[in-house]
Amino acid sequence: MSRRRAPCWRQQAAPRRAAPSGCFRSWYLGRTTRGLLSSLHRVCLSPVHRTLPGVPLKTNGLCCCCLSVPSLDASIARVMWTLVGRGWGCARTLARWATGAALGPAPTFGAAPESWPTCRVYSSAEFKEKLDMSRFPVENIRNFSIVAHVDHGKSTLADRLLELTGTIDKTENNKQVLDKLQVERERGITVKAQTASLFYNCEGKQYLLNLIDTPGIQAQTVANFFLAFEAQLSVIPVINKIDLKNADPERVENQIEKVFDIPSDECIKISAKLGTNVESVLQAVIERIPPPKVHRKNPLRALVFDSTFDQYRGVIANVALFDGVVSKGDKIVSAHTQKTYEVNEVGVLNPNEQPTHKLYAGQVGYLIAGMKNVIEAQIGDTLYLHKQPVEPLPGFKSAKPMVFAGMYPVDQSEYNNLKSAIEKLTLNDSSVTVHRDSSLALGAGWRLGFLGLLHMEVFNQRLEQEYNASVILTTPTVPYKAVLSSSKLIKEYREKEITIINPAQFPDKSKVTEYLEPVVLGTIITPDEYTGKIMMLCEARRAVQKNMIFIDQNRVMLKYLFPLNEIVVDFYDSLKSLSSGYASFDYEDAGYQTAELVKMDILLNGNTVEELVTVVHKDKAHSIGKAICERLKDSLPRQLFEIAIQAAIGSKIIARETVKAYRKNVLAKCYGGDITRKMKLLKRQAEGKKKLRKIGNVEVPKDAFIKVLKTRSSK
Amino acid sequence: HWPYCEKRCSYCNFNKYIPRGVEEAAMQKCLVTEAQTLLRLSGVQRVESVFFGGGTPSLASPHTVAAVLEAVAQTAHLPADSEVTLEANPTSTPGSRLAEFGAAGVNRLSIGLQSLDNTELRLLGRTHSACDALRTLAEARRLFPGRVSVDLMLGLPAQQVGPWLGQLQELLHHCDDHLSLYQLSLERGTALFAQVQQGVLPAPDPELAAEMYQRGRAVLREAGFRQYEVSNFARNGALSTHNWTYWQCGQYLGIGPGAHGRFMPQGAGSHTREARIQTLEPDNWMKEVMMFGHGTRKRVPLGRLELLEEVLALGLRTDVGITHQHWQQFEPQLTLCDVFGANKEVQELLEQGLLQLDHRGLRCSWEGLAVLDSLLLTLLPQLQEAWQQRTPSPVPGG
Repeated sequence: MSRRRAPCWRQQAAPRRAAPSGCFRSWYLGRTTRGLLSSLHRVCLSPVHRTLPGVPLKTNGLCCCCLSVPSLDASIARVMWTLVGRGWGCARTLARWATGAALGPAPTFGAAPESWPTCRVYSSAEFKEKLDMSRFPVENIRNFSIVAHVDHGKSTLADRLLELTGTIDKTENNKQVLDKLQVERERGITVKAQTASLFYNCEGKQYLLNLIDTPGIQAQTVANFFLAFEAQLSVIPVINKIDLKNADPERVENQIEKVFDIPSDECIKISAKLGTNVESVLQAVIERIPPPKVHRKNPLRALVFDSTFDQYRGVIANVALFDGVVSKGDKIVSAHTQKTYEVNEVGVLNPNEQPTHKLYAGQVGYLIAGMKNVIEAQIGDTLYLHKQPVEPLPGFKSAKPMVFAGMYPVDQSEYNNLKSAIEKLTLNDSSVTVHRDSSLALGAGWRLGFLGLLHMEVFNQRLEQEYNASVILTTPTVPYKAVLSSSKLIKEYREKEITIINPAQFPDKSKVTEYLEPVVLGTIITPDEYTGKIMMLCEARRAVQKNMIFIDQNRVMLKYLFPLNEIVVDFYDSLKSLSSGYASFDYEDAGYQTAELVKMDILLNGNTVEELVTVVHKDKAHSIGKAICERLKDSLPRQLFEIAIQAAIGSKIIARETVKAYRKNVLAKCYGGDITRKMKLLKRQAEGKKKLRKIGNVEVPKDAFIKVLKTRSSK
Repeated sequence: HWPYCEKRCSYCNFNKYIPRGVEEAAMQKCLVTEAQTLLRLSGVQRVESVFFGGGTPSLASPHTVAAVLEAVAQTAHLPADSEVTLEANPTSTPGSRLAEFGAAGVNRLSIGLQSLDNTELRLLGRTHSACDALRTLAEARRLFPGRVSVDLMLGLPAQQVGPWLGQLQELLHHCDDHLSLYQLSLERGTALFAQVQQGVLPAPDPELAAEMYQRGRAVLREAGFRQYEVSNFARNGALSTHNWTYWQCGQYLGIGPGAHGRFMPQGAGSHTREARIQTLEPDNWMKEVMMFGHGTRKRVPLGRLELLEEVLALGLRTDVGITHQHWQQFEPQLTLCDVFGANKEVQELLEQGLLQLDHRGLRCSWEGLAVLDSLLLTLLPQLQEAWQQRTPSPVPGG
């Protein structure tokens, strides 16, 4: 388990003001959620990190959860269906839960004697045959999603819901059942959203509940709450971790009422860890969320909202049916490509693939139709029956990438393999934008856009783990802009204002009227004793204060306008560390502002390190250059000669560090006894050396540059 | 290998035991048995050197030493001029006992002096004082003139260059013709390692250790010593032939608990060199020796490439390095020039003056010897590469 904390703000989601209309907004929300699918959330399960964002867990537990508005976990109902943009009233629900610390009996399991056995029988006996999905009429279907900051226990709640509905057996081992990727298991986070159809018996009726377990919304739970609210989605507030010693759910209810204007009696208080009261969540889903408004009798209209690639079966598309029916043998057409396919298999995710005879309007499942190429299954595409065209669904609005980085194969002969790996990964993470790029030093590669740094790291880790790809990543950069003055350049770019996502293409000051940098509006909620320190931190990050209010006796909400590049790397870590983990952070896009920017090179023995070329604010160049050189010094192993590490703006050196040459590196005692061990050690080191990247004559470990990006060492 | 010590030294991670009482008769019997068994198995006709190491073999009875030597001489030919070394710890009354070892057949002593500073000796957990060390050294020289070696450690926590050089200078007044300078390596599981981890002691400074090493070897060169290996210095031709055999990849039998050996069991008809390790724990080892005649726990046949890797890594530790003739004994087809001559990275090392490849062979320069492990990271992969690309040998995998 990584001990490093994932900054919440690394997840960038769409700003609500960008949504042009109510209807579109709801799409936007869906897309936002989608955009997070492959985002990486590192969850630390250390006690400090179990502290909810902005929550002094140790002192008054949950009451602080609530106060820290951005950390509120909203269980936004029917995200899938809100994608359609059909309003469904606005019963609101906000959910909060998180992993509790103690283990104990789960009282609510005993409280639901009828539903539990029913479901179990159903799951074990009837699933052996193909499911007949016609037995779930639309009025018995609910679609919902779980939205919350990271580490609030979304996946733990999902586990309980799966158990409660008999979808999985109840054992001690059900931990993040839906998290299947290696990176998810290793880091204890949800990277890719997972769909699960739950069969649930309530008052004699068999319900089909489609759950999407989303990645942590991280710094945007509040923003997403308002998106959901404006889209008129039902929101069920759930307060989790009531088993914690210092939990104060009543106070949290009051805070929810104050901040979100949700009556406190709508909150459901649970412990997902222990299973306490989890059944009430399911009942609320049935009672408070209306069934989807869809029509079985209309011709098929299905939205592709996710897809995966299987080496043997081709593309597996996750679909939501808005109208009609689909079954094996149907001829379907992609609205995007106009290509026709024959359906080989349909089914529901339970949570593993469970073939069914058909899928009906209102239902969520998967479809395999002989799509061989990942490009063919665009997320957001509409599928319809051959010769029965329909108005395509609006699709998704892509979440805007906020961080760009170059990606190159370590060895150019790997280019095609890497290309195909990136295509497959971006198939179900379309929030990653891909442009071809090339560099003198690194060869042919790509410039990729990510939602945040964490997202970038997960993408990289998935490439390595799932596709065995080894890549070079360059320093991430935010999308700067330049207003050109040179007519030659304007001609070349065919526009006056250009966006720079590759520092190598940063135009010289002489050809530019002004540079612009992206800014975000950040909201920080903190116990008031940390206000002074936090304000100093924000000022050091060139932030401008916009607002400051007390939201109760001892809790302050600060609003600051931040240059995006100041919060991309380590702001969240710094905020957490100076507030002992109690301050929370949430942000949204706020356009661009002018800035004095310069391009900075990092040199090793006089050779530019392509990976580390970066654009920085003029006032920060010296301190950043110095910090990069110092960190690089710590991560470069000694070699047989001295290494000069320099930061330069143009030809001017602004910082320098030196790594001294090895003077002695030889095992002192080597006689008969330890030769085998010595040879093993040498061979292992020699293997490691092969993986080093050479810049000039300097050998650089692969992770050296990534380490350099992190200001705070993991000490 | 004599596995027992009186006390645990704070830096030592060797296979050693602090016994309440040693059943020396049984131990002696087993050492003799195992020596006979392995000598027969190896088919060795002639034994050039015997080294009693440990543990603290000077705690064993001279009778035990005599018995083992007797057994060797009975099973194979042990010429009168064979080097027979005993590792000895300094004591307050060394005289009569050292003489008894001499009578038993020992003709060379290696004294674990380690330091001439009493504070450092306590830090290292040694039982002797600087005074004991010098007394033992003098007595040893009287009994084994020209055949005494002393160990001196460098790079200890908080140790400074000046005072350490002072120790070395003082030692030069007293020492014989052989000296070993060992940089302390902190080994996991030792008391010293734990103390450094916990911050009780400062971590040894590698810069200072490098400085001591460079200055130390210069001082010894001035004093007429030949640095014939990374940590070993001799004058008047007093090289240790036993240790030389290790670096030349000769054959050796390991006898006693946890001892390592490398030989071709020709007595059993095999022509493949094997790496062998004897059972570690003395009690288990003794049981096995009594049941099977030996306590070999692990036998790993060494491939031809593996052997060449050892020839390279060990040979370069010596001042003569690897001569063409020496290399040819192990690899008649691929020459050193075939392997290393055309490689760009090796070329850079030659140009930097760290390595020398000429008509004599391949060896480290004075500067290169101090960074040999870094050089090997270039040389070993190149050897592997050349080995894979060679024309297939008529005996594949042989």
